[in-house]
Amino acid sequence: MIDASQLWTPLRLTLELATLTTLLLLVVGTPIAWWLARSRARWKEAVAAIVAMPIVLPPTVLGFYLLLLLGPHGPGGAVASLWGARTLAFTFEGLVLGSVIYSMPFVVQPIRNAFEAIGNRPLEVAATLRATPWDAFWSVALPLARPGFLTAAVLGFAHTVGEFGVVLMIGGNIPGSTKVLSVAIYDFVETQRWTEAHILAGGMVAFSFVVILAMLVLERRTSRVGA
Amino acid sequence: MTAASASIAVELNGGLGSFQLEVRFAAPMRGITALFGPSGCGKTTILRCVAGLERLAGRIVLGGEVWQDEAAGIFRPTHLRHVGYVFQEPSLFQHLSVKDNLLYGARRVRATESAPLKLDDIVGLLGIGHLLGRSTAALSGGERQRIAVGRALLAQPSILLMDEPLSALDRGSKEEILPYFEMLHERLALPILYVSHDFAEVERLADTLVMLDKGRVRAAGPIRELQLDLELPLIAAADAAVIIEGTIAGVDRAFGLTEVDIEGGRLLVPGEHGPVGQKRRLRITATDVSLARGAPQASTIVNSLPGRIVAIDSEVQGPQVNVIVALGAHGQGLRIAARITRKSLAGLKLAVGEEVHAQIKGVALIATRTSATQ
Repeated sequence: MIDASQLWTPLRLTLELATLTTLLLLVVGTPIAWWLARSRARWKEAVAAIVAMPIVLPPTVLGFYLLLLLGPHGPGGAVASLWGARTLAFTFEGLVLGSVIYSMPFVVQPIRNAFEAIGNRPLEVAATLRATPWDAFWSVALPLARPGFLTAAVLGFAHTVGEFGVVLMIGGNIPGSTKVLSVAIYDFVETQRWTEAHILAGGMVAFSFVVILAMLVLERRTSRVGA
Repeated sequence: MTAASASIAVELNGGLGSFQLEVRFAAPMRGITALFGPSGCGKTTILRCVAGLERLAGRIVLGGEVWQDEAAGIFRPTHLRHVGYVFQEPSLFQHLSVKDNLLYGARRVRATESAPLKLDDIVGLLGIGHLLGRSTAALSGGERQRIAVGRALLAQPSILLMDEPLSALDRGSKEEILPYFEMLHERLALPILYVSHDFAEVERLADTLVMLDKGRVRAAGPIRELQLDLELPLIAAADAAVIIEGTIAGVDRAFGLTEVDIEGGRLLVPGEHGPVGQKRRLRITATDVSLARGAPQASTIVNSLPGRIVAIDSEVQGPQVNVIVALGAHGQGLRIAARITRKSLAGLKLAVGEEVHAQIKGVALIATRTSATQ
């Protein structure tokens, strides 16, 4: 007998997590990408490397440090005490923070590439047409970088949906709070509930296909506009 | 050129990488001033500094407004300078329509500011009305550059800076766009700094010339003075010429000639040009001018004007010398150059101060005009 809520709750939680993470990443990642694309600071590649680390780090390593960070003895614990909680680990908020760090490179890199591809010229043109730097950013840089933002949003979302190791380390497996899709699938397999595992896993396959297809179509369309 | 409040004063010292720039010049607040020199002489850098896109030590003052004074710690950012800048390659915003491109700067002009350049006028002046609804991707190079010029003008600039705006275009597009630039020159009370390495373009457009070489100013002044300066390389060029301005005085329909009054005489130019009273640019090539003592009695050359020799290029070793003649019975008119053989110079015993007749075999009207802009 399939309990639908055991499927829906992780699905809903995952979508909430991925949506929130993606939105936060667009807000946080855009200024970082802008700085990386335009700064002439010599140490900017060091910052770029730090941002990119989650690509190569084993998720468990990242999860381990995040656990220390979010736990009762880390800064996360201090933050949590503001609203009377003991820790940020094993909470949805902690999961969001972990996801933001984990998916950061997948959002920052495409946006940075897009800003770099625009180059200096359109911004110089805007300045000679009386646009302040802030104005030029909104009226010229952002619209021209739109394809990069689409790629970034899609990748950031998809990557957050697929995370497993970090979630397991800092979120645990609390239904309705931290039990996301990937963990739910793992659980179903562990307990040999193949039907549920099939439904969720098959759904993920379909989801991934749609994501990749959407990206390819978007890319084609933007390259045609640029031609 | 010295009245600071009515001029563009530029003084720059500094290096960008291995390149050293050390320039100082003043240009009038009207007409086209060409920054002319070989590639790599620093002309684009100067233009970028005037726009505030590049910063070198120095001082830039436009009509009394200090834009930059490194000594006083003043550097006005680009968006507050109100320059119109036309880049070498037409840099239209891809994400905006032609019309939104045109209005990008116009929308950022404060309502309290005077905005003498209206969309309809600029559209008419540049002949771009039929392009407004199109996407920028569907435009030719020449059309894009015209939109870029219109966009710059509609931002109500106090100066227009043009960085080799024709160099990225093919020959046909150049010929298509040049008449529009000539119109701007004639119709707008806006100073233009025009960077170019093509002297034919400069002759067609410029009133004032700043000659640059290896990051320094070689000479600056009215173009026709520099063209006749024996110290400068312009007069030594194979096709050395002088640009003069004339007024159309009448048309001789029987012979298909146009009479053009210049300071110091009247010239006949082939073709029927009009209307009477309009100012035109003429180009007289030094090799087309010969000199005679006394008025020639019978000659096929229709343009023979009295004048007085004011300078002779005596340093030249070759078979030919350049002689500068001031037109008019007493040498009070415009100056032109005549390239004659050293043999004739000796044979006629020509010397500075003597009266001669300049026989001008060819005069070219260089400013063409399209009927659409009338």
